[in-house]
Amino acid sequence: MNSLESLTSDIATGAVRIVDLTHTLDPDFPVIILPPEFGQCARFRMEEVSAYDHRGPAWKWHNISMSEHTGTHFDAPSHWISGRDVPNGSVDEIPVEAFVGALVVIDCSAGAAADDDYELTPDVIRAWEAEHGKIPEDSWVLMRTDWSKRSGEPYLNMREDGPHSPGPTPDGIRFLIDERNIRGFGTETVGTDAGQGAHYVPPYPAHYFLHGAGKYGLQCLANLDQLPPTGAILMAAPLKIKNGTGSPLRVLAMVNR
Amino acid sequence: MTDELPLPPRKDPQKRTTSPTRPPEARSRASLGLSAAAAEGRFALQVCADCNAVQYPPRDACSSCIGTDLLWQDIAATGQLLADTVIQTSTKLYFRERAPWRMGSVKLDAGPVVLCHIHNDCEKNSAVTMLNRLDASGQGVLLAIPTIRTTHMEDDPQLRALSADPRHRRILITDAWNPNTPTVANALIEAGASTVFIGESESWRPHPNRDALAAIDKVEVLPLDVTDTASVKKLAGEIGGKTDILINNARFMRPGGVLDRGDTGFAKEEMEVNYLGMMRLAQAFGPGMCARTTDGVNSAVAWVNILSVNALSNTPDYGCFSASNAAAYSLSQSLRGEFRGAGLRVMNIFVGPTDDAWYQPLPPPKVLPPAIARSLVDGLQRGLEDVWCGDIAKDVRDRWRRDPKVLEREMTNGGDGA
Amino acid sequence: MKQRLNYEGVAIAAPFTMPYQRYSIDTAHWWIAKALRGSLDAAGVAPTEIDGFSVASFTLAPDTAVGLTQHLGLCPRWLDNIPMGGASASVALRRAARAIQAGDANIVACVAGDTNQIDSFRNMLSSFSRFAMDASYPYGYGGPNANFALLTDRYMQTYGATREDFGRLCVAQRDNALRNPNALMKKPLTLDDYINARPIADPIALFDCVMPCAGSECFLVMSEEQAQRRNVAYATIGSAIERHNAHAEDDIQLRGGWTMDVDELYAMAECAPTDIDLLQTYDDYPVISMMQIEDLGFCAKGEAPEFVRSHDLTINGDFPHNTSGGQLSAGQAGAAGGFIGMVEAIRQVTGTAGATQVKDAATALVSGFGMINYDRGVCSSASILKTGARA
Repeated sequence: MNSLESLTSDIATGAVRIVDLTHTLDPDFPVIILPPEFGQCARFRMEEVSAYDHRGPAWKWHNISMSEHTGTHFDAPSHWISGRDVPNGSVDEIPVEAFVGALVVIDCSAGAAADDDYELTPDVIRAWEAEHGKIPEDSWVLMRTDWSKRSGEPYLNMREDGPHSPGPTPDGIRFLIDERNIRGFGTETVGTDAGQGAHYVPPYPAHYFLHGAGKYGLQCLANLDQLPPTGAILMAAPLKIKNGTGSPLRVLAMVNR
Repeated sequence: MTDELPLPPRKDPQKRTTSPTRPPEARSRASLGLSAAAAEGRFALQVCADCNAVQYPPRDACSSCIGTDLLWQDIAATGQLLADTVIQTSTKLYFRERAPWRMGSVKLDAGPVVLCHIHNDCEKNSAVTMLNRLDASGQGVLLAIPTIRTTHMEDDPQLRALSADPRHRRILITDAWNPNTPTVANALIEAGASTVFIGESESWRPHPNRDALAAIDKVEVLPLDVTDTASVKKLAGEIGGKTDILINNARFMRPGGVLDRGDTGFAKEEMEVNYLGMMRLAQAFGPGMCARTTDGVNSAVAWVNILSVNALSNTPDYGCFSASNAAAYSLSQSLRGEFRGAGLRVMNIFVGPTDDAWYQPLPPPKVLPPAIARSLVDGLQRGLEDVWCGDIAKDVRDRWRRDPKVLEREMTNGGDGA
Repeated sequence: MKQRLNYEGVAIAAPFTMPYQRYSIDTAHWWIAKALRGSLDAAGVAPTEIDGFSVASFTLAPDTAVGLTQHLGLCPRWLDNIPMGGASASVALRRAARAIQAGDANIVACVAGDTNQIDSFRNMLSSFSRFAMDASYPYGYGGPNANFALLTDRYMQTYGATREDFGRLCVAQRDNALRNPNALMKKPLTLDDYINARPIADPIALFDCVMPCAGSECFLVMSEEQAQRRNVAYATIGSAIERHNAHAEDDIQLRGGWTMDVDELYAMAECAPTDIDLLQTYDDYPVISMMQIEDLGFCAKGEAPEFVRSHDLTINGDFPHNTSGGQLSAGQAGAAGGFIGMVEAIRQVTGTAGATQVKDAATALVSGFGMINYDRGVCSSASILKTGARA
């Protein structure tokens, strides 16, 4: 059997399991909130076009609208000012090989449970590597916080000084990019940056450094607790939107049983 | 007594930023003399040349002898508080949003009675000292402060509104390479700045300030090249919303006049940095700063240019550099007008020859970085528009004011040739 | 100095008040026309018979009295525009009387009126005077509230007046206003209400301040002979004074220009303060009424607080004061605020004041004050009216 044949067989037998890392697109799923002077992220909306009725007797369908950055979504380099001149920086230009690849999961769930502003630092990453080995080059790194188990108001966790949720420090994200040359970084929170990420220098360091280096982002991921620290494969292919800066998408992982 | 101003909390991103409102700007032409004096931090009133009567409010004829020769002169800034009130409601939005607002009348030791702002630490009927400061409309206004200073008097909201105090503010210095940058950054932090961002061009080259800057707590070095529009826009995109004071110290200079050079190469560089650099920074950072001039304790408050005093009158030894500074000075006046509606201040520091490589052949006196830092912090704290740093800058200013044509003739001597 | 000519032979008649409104969508021209027409109708005078015209208004811009002549179709041979706000009534009267005496005019209509649209007051403040623009408004933009707060503060410090003293004056005026159907303030005011009112500019609180409104007032000046021929009730002018920028050397205004002319005021009218049956002061803030009570000789300087404590200032009291409620309770209709006391005084001495009538009123003193050009009121005026012919 070639490798694809054995994969097909493993999926069929359950030796390889497919894990859905995606939240349901739902009008009530939180989106990022920016200061009111700035343009805002559109919420998911769905309108019935027909439902086996006078508008279309034998068919049902919907028109949907949303932002490129609504729900579980992918960030392309052109999303950020630092990445605006990166070659192949929009979703339609990214080579498709980038959409399937190895993933590692850094479990920060204990830290995030204790501290809403838990930071992913180089030390945390090195400690993880001491246990699981060096992060392989060109892999996706997902930060598990179990934040996806929150819903409603606690998800954004907005307070008077802004949202509070875990994320990488500037040093943390630079370590992953400069020292490990990762492909992309994913989180369970509404962005790849911490809720208070605006107050780092530079502000929003994950966006700034990832996209400036031509790397990708995934956010609003779910079910990271079902993934092994290493060895799984991620499949995350955004819609092919011309000059798109990101896209909602279905994110799947293949995991050895 | 005024309470110490605490570091403001992080901004609520769900709240609308308050639109800039301003105190009344309209003034008679005579009254603008008060603003001109405030631009330099002086307390001056009109004095009649015929009868020496001190006048107030500013006018066109003496109220003692109807003489029309009224000269602005520095006056003893002391007086006695006669009466005071706390305005609880005002039809002017600026004051309505800041009520209660204390004002009153003061009998000046020099004679006139003035209506003025009253610092909250002034006791009733006490001796007071007058400040003449620029308000958010860029007009000189009078504030009575206690003659005996109180502990946190600078933190009084009225006084702070008449300053561009660096305390608790986030400041961008545009050029890490300038020899004055580490000293200026340290002085600003000493004065209470919460963060000093420093723009660094060509980070792939070693430069002498790098270690000094890295050693300063609260300093953040970020990429910025004022000759590169994309670089300026990129940094503005990142920190434009938290730049409260911008200090443009980017400078390119080479000696020489027109004939020394033989081409326009260096002149282009001078204009790129000294003139167009300011324009690029203003286009990228200006709108965001203008939108944030009433954004609480750490609102955007001032734009600072460090200019050669030869912006006023050319010195042919550095003829092309002087010309680029004249252009920058002129542009700063446009910025003043363009920022006025938002209440963002523009402060120019005019500096004589500095003690660095390109002025090496000139004899002393020369301006050292600590002098620039002192002038800058003092100018911000007093909300000045024009600051003259060093003896040469003050000398050129005085000559220029006396007679610009005579100064030009002095500066353009041909020497004792054959 | 030689005493000036008296005002013998001059009648003041046909007082008319156009009822005030808090806000109006009509213009000053409309309000002035209404009051003018009211006085003319009351006296049976046709518009063409008006050959003298005197106007006081803040909101006529860009017009003045000149524009009004064409607007209203008048053809006067004597025309006056009086930009003196609260001092304008006695000034208008004094000058009109001289025109009558000199034969410059046969009938002078003196009118004051202003509209009050939502933004009128703020706009008026911003263009009031050059010194105010340069040296007063930039300091909190409190307008007259702030100026009078300073005067009140200093007056209290100097003479020991209390807020209760000012309150007594305001409460008495409100009592009077409750009898005036045209007064804007309709609710009784207690001293407690006054003391506990919302602060405006310390020590000034809400009931120390007038309510700006729209309104107009008018009266006619003619010879006594003319008045008798037309069979209208009229008052005569015992005396009238005006003074501007008095006591410029005072650091803060604790007295007005009346003090320079008060002796002549009584001498010409051949009476004394004790002969005055009622007093109409200019009352945009109670402190200035206190100063008028002092400066017009009803008590010594600094004793007005004691005076208001020991007198009853209501219509039936021993010292009837601002019998129509004054501006504090009837409203301040711009320049018409300068006329409110005059028009009420004419009614009082001609026995036509109706519900606010003071019994047997024969001699009234009307005082005016106006134009806070910078830190103080620059204009002061006063006149003594006597019964000419009752209705």
